[in-house]
Amino acid sequence: MNYVVAAWQWLAEPINMNGPNGWESRMVEHLWYTALATVIACLIGIPLGYAVGHAHRFRTAIVSSTGAARALPTLGVVTLFGLMLGIGLEAPMLAFVLLALPSVLAGAYAGVEGAPRDAVDAARAMGMTEWQILFRVEAPLGMPLLLGGIRSATLQVLATATLAAYVGAGGLGRFLFLGLKTQNYPMMVASSLVVVGLAVVVDLCFEVVDRLVRRSHPVRAVAS
Amino acid sequence: MKWVLDNVGTITDATWAHLWLALPAIVISFVVAIPVAWVASRFRRSRFTLLLIAGLIYAIPSLPLFIILPLILGTSVRSLVNVIAALGLYGVALMVRYAADALDAVSPDTVLAATAMGYGPLRRFFGVQLPLAGPALLAGLRVVAVSTVSLVPVSALLGINSLGMLLTDGFQRDIFAEVLAGIVATVVVAVAVDLGLVGLGQLLMPWWRLTMKRSAKRSPVEDKQVVTA
Repeated sequence: MNYVVAAWQWLAEPINMNGPNGWESRMVEHLWYTALATVIACLIGIPLGYAVGHAHRFRTAIVSSTGAARALPTLGVVTLFGLMLGIGLEAPMLAFVLLALPSVLAGAYAGVEGAPRDAVDAARAMGMTEWQILFRVEAPLGMPLLLGGIRSATLQVLATATLAAYVGAGGLGRFLFLGLKTQNYPMMVASSLVVVGLAVVVDLCFEVVDRLVRRSHPVRAVAS
Repeated sequence: MKWVLDNVGTITDATWAHLWLALPAIVISFVVAIPVAWVASRFRRSRFTLLLIAGLIYAIPSLPLFIILPLILGTSVRSLVNVIAALGLYGVALMVRYAADALDAVSPDTVLAATAMGYGPLRRFFGVQLPLAGPALLAGLRVVAVSTVSLVPVSALLGINSLGMLLTDGFQRDIFAEVLAGIVATVVVAVAVDLGLVGLGQLLMPWWRLTMKRSAKRSPVEDKQVVTA
């Protein structure tokens, strides 16, 4: 318990909190990495997933890509890119996008692909174009699944962003690795607590958004 | 390739160390998740809370958990017990959802029939519900196993030996082949453990093949993703 108190004191210390190297700006940086990587993954994954899902093709490829991504050690991806691209943000960012992509892709794909055939056929019979079917029927029906994919991706990146500091980038991992090297346990615990808090808050935010999306879902039975 | 041939011993040692961390954690995940899932499946009201807690635990990034857990366990950060406990915690959090769904999917008629035949709660659970839920439980355990194996390398940042050591050592000494070997070896171990579980499933549940076709049709996102680094 002493360590928790020491960690708390470390966090409350103005010199650790403020300024460009304080934990507050590192936390913002951590969130920024997470948001940026998730958005990039969405920009690639959602159109791709929608296209493939609408066409009902390449199911096995999508399923096995998520399976393969699960087996990849995140630390390995980060260090491999770190060696290839050198110190900086490019390497970890590329690794984050690569790790986030399968979840987003699978979510977008499954949502569109899983839309009830009857609804899609009805829309087509009513004279909707393929674009209208995709954006006005399949995409709204698949929203909860897409959101689930984005949620997994975000949490994955938030966790992996802790490793960015290992290859020379910033984020809350800075204090973790500094604490490890200097045997400063309060500092390690303090920064760990901030990361954990961040992850829990982000997950709960997604839980709330998930509820809202499901409530406004066109077919509640499908959503739940 | 030359690096790999020159360092076969190191890789073999790291692989055993890796398994020695992952396998106990996988066993713990299964053994602990079953009773929790039973509670979630038996008492409807507890289900939501238990699954929410499991989801939040699973959302915790692994490196911070490796550092915070010793405060609760009283071990040192570099203790193997700490790493196995953290990996087991993730495994349980992931497995509870699969196990609760698996137990829910057992036909209530079958359970009622067992009760009518005079099966007590304990015998009914182990003799009827658990074997019937077996194939779905195995599908969940396979996901847990693969994610556990791929999570182990993070512990190398604390100085614990596993295939993750190839990643940290390779990065620090700028040996590309070593990092690549670490990644490939981790994936190979994950696939091997997965195949091992499939073999075990066929041995314990000869009827498993029949239900496998059904589970292969599942949607890709129903398998909860690995979210922890």
